[in-house]
Amino acid sequence: MRKKFLRNSGNLLRDKTTLVSGIIIIVFLFVSILAPLISPHDPKDADLNRRLQPPVWSEDGSWDHILGCDHMGRDILSRIIYGSRVSIFVGTAVVVISAIVGTALGLVAGYHGGWIDTILSAIVDIILAFPLLIFAIALMAATGPGLKNLIMALAYKEWVRFYRLVRGDVLLAKKMEYVETARSLGARDIYIMFKHILPNVFTPVLVLGTLGMANVILMEASLSFLGLGVQPPSPAWGLMVSEGRQYMMTSWWLSTFPGLAIVILIITLNLFGQGLREAFDPRLSLEE
Amino acid sequence: MRSIWIIIARRLIRLIPTMLGVAFIVFMMMHLAPGDPVELMMGEGGHVTEEEIQKIRAEYGLDKPLYAQFGSFVVNAAKGNFGRSFMKQQPVMSVIKSRIPATVELSLFSFVFAVLVALPLGILCAVYRRSIIDRIITFVSLGGISFPNFYLGILLIIIFGASLELLPISGRSTYGIESAYVTGFYLLDSLITGNLNAFVNTLRHLILPSIALGGMVVAVTVRMTRTSMLQVLDQDYIRTARAKGLPEWKVILKHALKNALIPTVSILGLQIGILLGGNMIIETVFSWPGLGSLAVEGIYARDYPLIQGVVIIYAATYVFVNLVVDLLYTKINPKVEVT
Repeated sequence: MRKKFLRNSGNLLRDKTTLVSGIIIIVFLFVSILAPLISPHDPKDADLNRRLQPPVWSEDGSWDHILGCDHMGRDILSRIIYGSRVSIFVGTAVVVISAIVGTALGLVAGYHGGWIDTILSAIVDIILAFPLLIFAIALMAATGPGLKNLIMALAYKEWVRFYRLVRGDVLLAKKMEYVETARSLGARDIYIMFKHILPNVFTPVLVLGTLGMANVILMEASLSFLGLGVQPPSPAWGLMVSEGRQYMMTSWWLSTFPGLAIVILIITLNLFGQGLREAFDPRLSLEE
Repeated sequence: MRSIWIIIARRLIRLIPTMLGVAFIVFMMMHLAPGDPVELMMGEGGHVTEEEIQKIRAEYGLDKPLYAQFGSFVVNAAKGNFGRSFMKQQPVMSVIKSRIPATVELSLFSFVFAVLVALPLGILCAVYRRSIIDRIITFVSLGGISFPNFYLGILLIIIFGASLELLPISGRSTYGIESAYVTGFYLLDSLITGNLNAFVNTLRHLILPSIALGGMVVAVTVRMTRTSMLQVLDQDYIRTARAKGLPEWKVILKHALKNALIPTVSILGLQIGILLGGNMIIETVFSWPGLGSLAVEGIYARDYPLIQGVVIIYAATYVFVNLVVDLLYTKINPKVEVT
């Protein structure tokens, strides 16, 4: 098992696209952690003298504000750097919560079956009846904006992916000889679940987590864009794109740069997730 | 093979508990919401007596226990009655009805556009597998699934609206060039009334929001078409068709495409989900007067009856469309049998 994992990891590093996207993700991580050290200005520091100052390569630009300033004269680069914290924190929190809840419930439903499985599957059917963003939007509308509510609203739907994946895998694993053997030797259910079944679902959950992260960050940006996420004056990328909307006819840089940050992070997460999938688990499809 | 009607009936019956669950979640969500709905209805600053508040509570059934409120909510919702919108001071259902044509027109237009672009690109990728064209299209479509639709919309506005001034960037038509109201579908209305000017105007208004809304559908469909075409092109009957001496285009379009479309249809439900979810955002970006922007307005105004109505309509549409897709799928793919 460990040997296989290492060999697959070796393949992963040899694949250039995956390697490069992995490096970019690490850069994003460092930028968000080290934001106070590397950010050139305070992201909330407003100065109306610098209002709508264009980026450095324009005539009126300056090296002091490389990507220009927004409608309140705040440095856009600094806001993008701090904004990475919101996306990465929300993405990680939602994926970790969903993976734990989804895996645990999937294990129980798949292994136990019976009424637990029936009830959980009915709940899943109901959650899946809401189109992609609408569930989160409705929940945010009810609970009000804010970081905690945002994470909960996204996790309420996201755990279902992990649940379905794990439940399916457990149903397959249950029929495997080694599980039968363990049971006939008198192993307890808990022991079988943790020792024999959980390790098998670990890699698919990891792959799904990476791809899920891309998806969650996309939804977080959409909710922030609608004003249902993190509240101003905190910098969040989706919120910055939305704030720049009013000025897009004259000052294109307000919306364009934070949007670019979203796209780059999501593309690299998708590429990395795909690389992981090809290396570890080719049968997982992108749409799942 | 059982009669198709029995299958449809069974599936519809199975939808009942799901829709009840949806109604329950939507009902509970709005009761989780902070603040008293009556005070919200009264607005701020108005002086209302305790008596008046009690009267309104009784009128809206808010004085009854929660389960009774849920019961009447479900009964009314089944009749299409979601109460009155605080914001519009009209029944929620009539507000929703007035917004449906705009949303359906945009979604359909966007979907048709997306499929017409995606199918040829997907085929091209599969036929010229591993070529430079394939690599470029595959990479761009990966970019497509990573591109937030609101950002795509804003870039389109900046490029085609603000810089090049080529296309209109908000609303369904230019004020004064609308055709007479017949169905509410502007394209159809302008055709019925023979108003060519209005038809062209509406068409121009549809272009940018359709691209923004359909971008992700294009990306997903290109990838799916490519994969399933590649699988089909490996099959024996394709080799047979080629061996018969059929021209290559005929082999691809007649023999391969027909079979490659089957998995593409199976992800139709996913695509409709993308379109429905994207509605709210794209309609807001392009000031499109449809159901999605109505929902967003309702959220800002904390108009709970309206939000409940719109969310349930969205969920019901999604569930129903998925059912139709499933049935369609069995129709074109005899290997699958639904139960």
